[in-house]
Amino acid sequence: MSGVPQRTLLLWCPDWPVLAAEIVDGVPATDPVVVLHANRVIACSERARAEGIRRGLRRREAQGRCPHLTVVDHDPGRDVRAFEPVVAAVEEVVAGVEVIRPGACATAARGPSRYLGGEEAAAERIVEHVAQSCAVESQVGIADGVFAAGLAAREGRIVTPGGTREFLAARPVEALGRPALADLLRRLGVRTLGEFAALPAGDVLARFGFDGALAHRLAGGRDDRPLAVRQPPADLTVTADYDEPVDRVDAAAFAARTLAERLHERLAGYGLACTRLGIEAVTAHGQELHRVWRHDGLLTAAAIADRVRWQLDGWLSGSNGRGGTRPARPTAGIVRLRLVPDGVLAQAGLQPGLWGETGEERERAHRALSRVQGILGPEAVVTAVLGGGRSPADQVRLVPWGDERVPARPGPPPLPPAAASPAPAAPPSRAPVPAVSLSPPVPPSPIPVSAASSPSTASPSRAPVPAGPPSPAGPLVPVVGAAPGAASAPVAVPDAGMRTGRRTRRGRTVAEPPWPGRIPPPSPAVVLPTPLPADVRDAAGEPVVVSARLAVSAAPDRLTVGDGRPAEITGWAGPWPVDERWWAPAEARRRARFQVCLADGAALLLAVESGQWLVEAIYD
Amino acid sequence: MAGRMVVGSAALADLVRPASAPDPAGGHRVLPVRAELTGLLPNRGLRRGSTVAVGAGQPRRSGATSLILALLAEASRAGSWCAVVGVPTFGAGAAAEAGIALDRLALVPDPGPEWPTVVAALIDGVDVVVTAVPATVSASVATRLAARARQRGSVLVPYGRWDGADVTLQVVRGVWQGLGPGRGRLRRREVTVSARGRGAAARPKEIKVWLPGDELTRVIPRSAGLGAPSAAPSRRLRVVAPPARTLTAAGPA
Repeated sequence: MSGVPQRTLLLWCPDWPVLAAEIVDGVPATDPVVVLHANRVIACSERARAEGIRRGLRRREAQGRCPHLTVVDHDPGRDVRAFEPVVAAVEEVVAGVEVIRPGACATAARGPSRYLGGEEAAAERIVEHVAQSCAVESQVGIADGVFAAGLAAREGRIVTPGGTREFLAARPVEALGRPALADLLRRLGVRTLGEFAALPAGDVLARFGFDGALAHRLAGGRDDRPLAVRQPPADLTVTADYDEPVDRVDAAAFAARTLAERLHERLAGYGLACTRLGIEAVTAHGQELHRVWRHDGLLTAAAIADRVRWQLDGWLSGSNGRGGTRPARPTAGIVRLRLVPDGVLAQAGLQPGLWGETGEERERAHRALSRVQGILGPEAVVTAVLGGGRSPADQVRLVPWGDERVPARPGPPPLPPAAASPAPAAPPSRAPVPAVSLSPPVPPSPIPVSAASSPSTASPSRAPVPAGPPSPAGPLVPVVGAAPGAASAPVAVPDAGMRTGRRTRRGRTVAEPPWPGRIPPPSPAVVLPTPLPADVRDAAGEPVVVSARLAVSAAPDRLTVGDGRPAEITGWAGPWPVDERWWAPAEARRRARFQVCLADGAALLLAVESGQWLVEAIYD
Repeated sequence: MAGRMVVGSAALADLVRPASAPDPAGGHRVLPVRAELTGLLPNRGLRRGSTVAVGAGQPRRSGATSLILALLAEASRAGSWCAVVGVPTFGAGAAAEAGIALDRLALVPDPGPEWPTVVAALIDGVDVVVTAVPATVSASVATRLAARARQRGSVLVPYGRWDGADVTLQVVRGVWQGLGPGRGRLRRREVTVSARGRGAAARPKEIKVWLPGDELTRVIPRSAGLGAPSAAPSRRLRVVAPPARTLTAAGPA
């Protein structure tokens, strides 16, 4: 604390929020522009200032003084983003830069001034470099301490060493940047920093508190806070250039192996490990292939080498049949390989199980599965992740082994049997409610649900509807049309109510879409990847159809799957209607699902979509 | 005092073993299965190194898949790794409901002509390997895979025709409950499973189990009149006006 203030060079870009708006959003800063925050002007361009606009004005006042004013909203993120290239440009000239705020950065002046031959030369060099590389005007001030350097930068002057106290003494107290304190000091008759600094430090602390004492130190030129310079991120990328283009898979794999070892050494040198890895390959003809590989654990050297090999394998050999959207086969060999570690985190080391067994089994299984991936390709070994969705096929996403296990759709995780059992008579395990509803959650209204009185064929819900749609059972049409999508508002569905309620009781307040219209458990054990076409007929031999009002024309009696023999239907339930993604015509799907039981004991999940019956899943 | 300690350590002696000591016979050598299936298997579980075949029934849709899920469930829950080869129609939702940990379950939907290599590689590292048997499998390949499983201590569960298995489980009959003409929904299924095999399992056995299990879809048909209003939150329930009337319509099978 007793050190003398460090000689500081501060680079200041005037009206930075306005400049940032020009750089990012293309608002011309040569026009009158103001940046508003909370309806107050916080920055304005030069021409706006000429029109009489000052900081702190209201929007209406500012527009009154200058009718053709461009108003931009304040966006701190935009300011920081736009300032990053400026900092990078400064770092090209000097080392150890601290970003004070967007628009101002400081560095120690001693090194650059000695290296570049004097403080003035260093300041000129920095301003010129920033102007050339970023096309941004800036000013430099050099003084003892960051505070004084900031004031000096506003005038673009270099305060002589030891002259900081005199330089500060003439400034008004408003320069402290503390409006309340400056106002109070003015009323007490203290107008300049010199007068403020002349007050006894103990009295200032007693009267103005800690912040006042700090301001007092600044005013006296005793700003001895060291610079907190930022550490530029380490460059972890490894690149290999090949004079002889690599056009065989085994040669590429060999090259990848050494490259992976290098990357791993470099990561280990920093004590890091990566969970995402970008692999970039460039051919002699300039074609590029970039792919990011994810991994749920940490990528070891062997895992990196495997992934490089898979990617190059798929690319160099054209296509291995999976994936579909592979890029075209390159026309020349690979001349450059780059590995870009992406998700980098601190390597904490492997934590084996207490008895040393859990980790070992996991390792053993991982080795075996990686081996199979090596035989069949990375997408051939998958794990299933359960997510939300209405049909059994929607709820499952197959991710390649080793990738992150993220479900395709957000939704309730698979209910563990323990969670399902304590609610014996809960609505989810009750009757097949066509759980879609047009209405938002209504306040409890005693509307009788007259499902029992509806014609037997018209209503899918002959079982009780505890909190069903408050509509009579007949017109179910709007109900179908409103099957809400993934991010819909909560609907008045018993299932939804139950779920959200249970979750909040458990303490998890994450809002999960309820997926009304899901098929209730048990889930089918056989889910057909592509549904089989089928034919369903009633007792009279007529095809069974489901009308737009979800009326089933007649009880289904016979089912023919493909070219097979007709089988007698002994039990059926439905329809469970879904109308999904109607706002996206390519993905829209409007189906009504049925569960049927056949005479031979089999049970199937059927769906009817625009008149065509499909077998979606088998309850095997 | 000392005497009591000796007694205490003697009682612990058969529970504790040094980590370096080999597994006692029958200890970790058998993977657990669900209680109702223990009667079918010779060691009351999946003995490591054995081959437990699940035969496809005479009609194709027979409940064999659910039987496989039930076989895997307890072992997977206890921490074993499982792999399923050659079943592109595998229903992961049903697997999760059966109690299988999906993050320890690897699927190889389409092994193609590399089937023997893939299964052999999986036997090396995974505790339970379920595989659909391709139509053209020579007896020598099958014997070699079974020998490999015996050597590595994995359980091979071929699904389909497989000669020479230690136990062959077969679904004889399955009857679904809960679905009536136009009402209800599928709830549970009573499955009759028969087991026959070699050695200790030579005597054929037959049991009846619920597949999928009962605990997942518990309904109390008798309490339909009482259960629904009392179990669910009252705010939701006020929407249903005449409870007597709606509930008479319920009648889940």
